[in-house]
Amino acid sequence: MKQISLALGTVAVIAFLQSCKMKSAESAVKGDAAEKAYVAPGKYDEYYNFVSGGFSGQVSVYGLPSGRLLKVIPVFSVFPENGYGYSEETKPMLNTTNGEVPWDDQHHLDLSQTNGEQDGRWLFANANNTPRVARIDLTTFKTMEIIQIPNSAGNHSSPFITENTEYVVAGTRFSVPMGEEDVAISSFKKNFHSTASFISVDKTSGHMNIAFQIVLPGMNLDLSHAGKGPSHDWFFFSSYNTEQAYTLLEVNASQKDKDYIIAVNWKKAEEYAKAGKGKKIPAEYAHNTFDESKQTATSVIEKEVLLLDPKDCPGMVYMIPCPKSPHGCDIDPTGEYIVGSGKLAALIPVFSYTKITNAIQNKQFEGDFYGIPIIKYEAALHGEVQKPGLGPLHTEFDGKGNAYTSMFLSSEVVKWSIKDLKVLDRVPTYYSVGHLMIPGGDTKKPWGKYLVAYNKITKDRFLPTGPELAQSAQLYDISGDKMQLILDYPTIGEPHYAQAIPASMLKDKQVKYFDISKNQNEFVSMGEKKTNVVRQGNRVDVYMTAIRSHLTPDNIEGVYVGDEVYFHVTNLEQDWDIPHGFAIKNSTAADLLIMPGETLTMKFTPQKKGIYPFYCTDFCSALHQEMSGYLRVSLKGSSVPLKFSTGVIADATENK
Amino acid sequence: MNQKFQLAATVIVCLFIYSCGSSPQTPSSTSSSVDSSMIKPEANAGAADSKGTGKFTDVKLTHPLDKKMIAAGISTYDIKCGACHRLTNEKLVGPGWKEVTDRRTPEWIMNFITNTDEMIDKDAAAQAMLEKCMVRMPNQHLKDEEAREVLEFMRQNDGKN
Repeated sequence: MKQISLALGTVAVIAFLQSCKMKSAESAVKGDAAEKAYVAPGKYDEYYNFVSGGFSGQVSVYGLPSGRLLKVIPVFSVFPENGYGYSEETKPMLNTTNGEVPWDDQHHLDLSQTNGEQDGRWLFANANNTPRVARIDLTTFKTMEIIQIPNSAGNHSSPFITENTEYVVAGTRFSVPMGEEDVAISSFKKNFHSTASFISVDKTSGHMNIAFQIVLPGMNLDLSHAGKGPSHDWFFFSSYNTEQAYTLLEVNASQKDKDYIIAVNWKKAEEYAKAGKGKKIPAEYAHNTFDESKQTATSVIEKEVLLLDPKDCPGMVYMIPCPKSPHGCDIDPTGEYIVGSGKLAALIPVFSYTKITNAIQNKQFEGDFYGIPIIKYEAALHGEVQKPGLGPLHTEFDGKGNAYTSMFLSSEVVKWSIKDLKVLDRVPTYYSVGHLMIPGGDTKKPWGKYLVAYNKITKDRFLPTGPELAQSAQLYDISGDKMQLILDYPTIGEPHYAQAIPASMLKDKQVKYFDISKNQNEFVSMGEKKTNVVRQGNRVDVYMTAIRSHLTPDNIEGVYVGDEVYFHVTNLEQDWDIPHGFAIKNSTAADLLIMPGETLTMKFTPQKKGIYPFYCTDFCSALHQEMSGYLRVSLKGSSVPLKFSTGVIADATENK
Repeated sequence: MNQKFQLAATVIVCLFIYSCGSSPQTPSSTSSSVDSSMIKPEANAGAADSKGTGKFTDVKLTHPLDKKMIAAGISTYDIKCGACHRLTNEKLVGPGWKEVTDRRTPEWIMNFITNTDEMIDKDAAAQAMLEKCMVRMPNQHLKDEEAREVLEFMRQNDGKN
């Protein structure tokens, strides 16, 4: 009997170990991680997480804590999936002074704020390559506006905003000559400038305009953040390459022990601009807006911009020495502490806003940089976090007095106390973390429950997929004293910065369909009776409607090779989640994905005679497969008359 | 020994369940948008005098027909209904509207227009139509007064006064 009990006991223990999957000592993931990241089927996530797409040019939206991908928002790259950049209505969104640019490198995001707290109205996104800033509406998750930045290159320290979304900034990572001057590259010191552009945002409409550009000496502006609370009037930019190298920057821009944090008093700049201290110069840049009532984008080329030179504007700009090639420039929730992450330094300097203002008042300067006063390092410094790890890049805050810094070289997140600069905890990331993000972690009111690390190197974290791997993100629970890794998930493109906002602030104000009675698209078909096909010269306008499950008209004849055919498709549905698609054989445009109540246009130029089927590409109903039609294209000069119909069956004798 | 064996087994099983901490099952909540194929039509819901399901329980008809309402009804029909419903007996995507005011009560019609999904899920007559048409009628989000105007237009189409 004893033996049997013993045997049973052993079996039970084994069964217990097996089914509860107890972790071995080397595993970094604790037993309750799955539970913390699990969102049951049919349940919602706690946060919307907006993630920059890097070289994808788009913004992706994830749910937290599940890591579920909810949506990809097309912003700076064409998006064949829904026709963004291909449909006639959206083509102007990607227009620039160099014509349509189909791609960009989307780095950073900032959610609009009121009084330093997230207000859930807009999301701003930057384009690094062809300098632009976009505004995304958070009721439709659509890009509503894109403004190009003149006198700029490498729009990296962007699109960070001031405390009440008064301004969005755009700063140059690559210094360039003003305008389109043709100069020797070696004349960098003389001819190249960095600029900090301040784009005003209309309080109600969100409409953007470049208010002024501050012209700075040639150097690389890297990242930025606005002050808040006491430091409300200020904007802080990190810089590198104050060596002013123009070749082999890897070596030549890493010579000095310290570069600078540039403190810009934007309130003063605003006053100087109003007082006429600026200079208006000619500068062309595209300003693209999407009108939701017409569902149509327009692109306007603006002609001039206002420049402010620090020489003419005393007290507007100061330089604060910061070790060494600083990257992140992050302001704590109180607005008192400015964290510069010297990516080549083995420490994290933290500056004090109070000390900076005192130093300015008491003129504690150590010279100037092209006429801009340099504040003494010690006079501005609150203190240094010693030995935090290697390669500090970015810092976010939890609102409880703690800061979290990503360490690129040592692949870890380090938690430290702002007050006494002591390291409190560290967790590994997999691998080489770049940005990190705490929901609201760059505002006055961080939500502070989760932290996401966006890693640059993935290696062995997921099933391998050939040479190219999805970038990995890692979710940590930071509600306790110790950070806990709870989820790994792949992301789209290369995420740089991200933002997250409680779901409750957005989910109930989502637009579900567009009211068709308010559709003011020039080419709308207000009901099937209004469908039509109109020829003017070699332009043919097809006014088409889509509803489950037919397109009207669905038989079109009398179109000739070389005609420019415009399919204006109106989705007559008035119900949530019933888009219709439109595609026609051999079209060189992409699909149209038309939301209920919306009109979109595809331009089609048939090259050869023949029969071209078209159909709905979004499985809309049980009769979706039937939702199709034919376009007949005849040779130019043929006598086939223009004819269109739906549901008309020819007389059986007609084709005998 | 047999008894002890059972006891031991029970204890072990209990321990096992307990220590794995399976959380108590919450009863699965019944969702409002249930798959229509899972619901048996109620026996008498298809009756000709049925008012359907929705907010309209007593629609007062007026005589003679209201011309203003008819005009508004036609313009709504043109944009939101005409793509699928003919004014004759002919079925296009949905049934033709001829004699619809004889087949259905005014309440049923207005409930079906404004409370489409619940009606298709629960109402026997609406379900029978779905089996014929094979397309769920879209909720075109007509306001209450627009639904009433469309009803007035249907009455005119049926030669009522």
